[in-house]
Amino acid sequence: MTEKILITIWGDEIASRFDLTSEILTVHVDSHGGVVESRTVVLPTISAEDLCHLILKEGITTVICGAIEEEYYQYLVWKKIKVMECVIGPYVKALELFLAGKLAPGANLMKSTFLEHT
Amino acid sequence: MMKISQQNREDLDVNEVIDTIPVAVVILDADFCVQVMNRTAEAMLGISRQQAVGIPCRHIVRSNLCLRDCPAREVLREERAVRRQGNVINCSRQKIPVAFHVDVLRDSKGRLLGIVETLEDISLVEELDKKIHARHEFGDMVGLSPKMQKLFDILPIISQTDSSVLITGETGTGKDRVAEIIHRLSPRTQGAFVKINCGALPESLLESELFGHTRGAFTGAVRDKPGRFQLANNGSVYLTEIGDLPLPLQVKLLTFLDDKEIIPLGGTKTIKADVRLIAATHRDLHAMVQKGAFREDLFYRLNVVRLELPPLRERDGDIRLLMEHFLNQFNQLFQKKIKGFSRKAIEVLSRYPYPGNVRELKNIVEYAANVCRESSIQPEHLPDYLKNSALREVVAMKPADLITRSSVVAPPAEQTAVQAGVGALDWRSMERRLIMEALSQTSGNRTKAAKLLGWGRSTLWRKMKQHKLI
Repeated sequence: MTEKILITIWGDEIASRFDLTSEILTVHVDSHGGVVESRTVVLPTISAEDLCHLILKEGITTVICGAIEEEYYQYLVWKKIKVMECVIGPYVKALELFLAGKLAPGANLMKSTFLEHT
Repeated sequence: MMKISQQNREDLDVNEVIDTIPVAVVILDADFCVQVMNRTAEAMLGISRQQAVGIPCRHIVRSNLCLRDCPAREVLREERAVRRQGNVINCSRQKIPVAFHVDVLRDSKGRLLGIVETLEDISLVEELDKKIHARHEFGDMVGLSPKMQKLFDILPIISQTDSSVLITGETGTGKDRVAEIIHRLSPRTQGAFVKINCGALPESLLESELFGHTRGAFTGAVRDKPGRFQLANNGSVYLTEIGDLPLPLQVKLLTFLDDKEIIPLGGTKTIKADVRLIAATHRDLHAMVQKGAFREDLFYRLNVVRLELPPLRERDGDIRLLMEHFLNQFNQLFQKKIKGFSRKAIEVLSRYPYPGNVRELKNIVEYAANVCRESSIQPEHLPDYLKNSALREVVAMKPADLITRSSVVAPPAEQTAVQAGVGALDWRSMERRLIMEALSQTSGNRTKAAKLLGWGRSTLWRKMKQHKLI
């Protein structure tokens, strides 16, 4: 099954907040797990609503991000989008781990531990 | 009093000490990585100190200030404590409003040890603030003045009835907003809210627009067209600028108000329409009735519930409130971080009489928010016409004040024009006022008055003649 992943980024890291993201990386992965296309986009506005709208419009299947408010988390989950929240660390490493099926919500890639979250 | 000895001081464990502090405390090193965190911070952020130590604080605190406006960096740059308000999102996905207090931590020799951040949960304060705000906000309208509070009190009651409402007030006072609020709060809220500007269309088109037409009613009427009254069935019709409604249509509207039935243009059958009528005008309908320009019977049918919206200059204290309200709006819209207005800008804005009322104030704030590149709005960010001090001072005077001061020179017939109010000022009347003011100040001495105005004596004489002051 093909996947379309969106990572909220800030410099080389995953942006610490979903609602303050100004740049995103979208990665299109084919059914064999190979990256078909990846591109970074600088967003014209910083808004969680706009980002959610973009996620739906682009047909994203997984979002990898930092802290996210309950309202937007539940909305994305309701739209059947997988949300890997509270991930800390370099986004390249997060993508590698995700493609290897080893990334989980709350992963602290700077320490190789997991944050406790509800 | 108990004293802590040198030995005891050395035995003190920083973690244990800061755990006793009831606000969240996070201590960072010079690279902004978390070194120490107290229990309150763990509880607030939902992250244990073991997980947090060594991680850049933006990933732990996760505040809205971290990425662009980091207070810890500002503390190092400015070398002074910083206090800010913002929010954090914790591991339970809760957004918590927080007051940050950030300061540097130095040893006894003044060497930098780190940065200490305290995070105070201000949810309760914000909640209270919202409750206080709710008292002076009604829908999109904002007002603390007694006149607006009275209006806010009466609106929910009026909304529940089906009586016709007549909203009067100067331009820009919010007549459209009030009409929308009445509809939104009424049991007809599920129905349509149809707005028609009676002054925007010629009489022939307006009749067809309001009441609809049948096929063949006039050239080009190829099919039946329902009117706005029909479209608003079970809803509300808002007729703005009702004072501009032509007399023949006033009769038709009167018939509708009596029978709740309409006859489309060219039609013979009556159509029932269950509609609540809200009308508004900036004109003095009573005076129009006396002049025969508006039907008296229609006036009394519309005037069942009368809402008079006060002009901004009569809304004590609301100018400051609206300035802040609009600035917040435009900060969000333009993604700006303007903190407020400078004292001088407030002074200029408070003295202006706002002939265009709230709409004008909104436009001024929008202009200023666009132009401003600083942290607060200064007088130079305001539109030029506000900065003309001579005009501003004269205009800022109350009409009654002007009458008293200029009564020596103003003939009685002209006083009525002055009394018409600041809202009706055009350049001509403004100039006339300037002349009267100058004459009043110089006790009628034309040479001194001309000098005060920056004109030659003959110019003043010519202008006084133009304005029939001599």
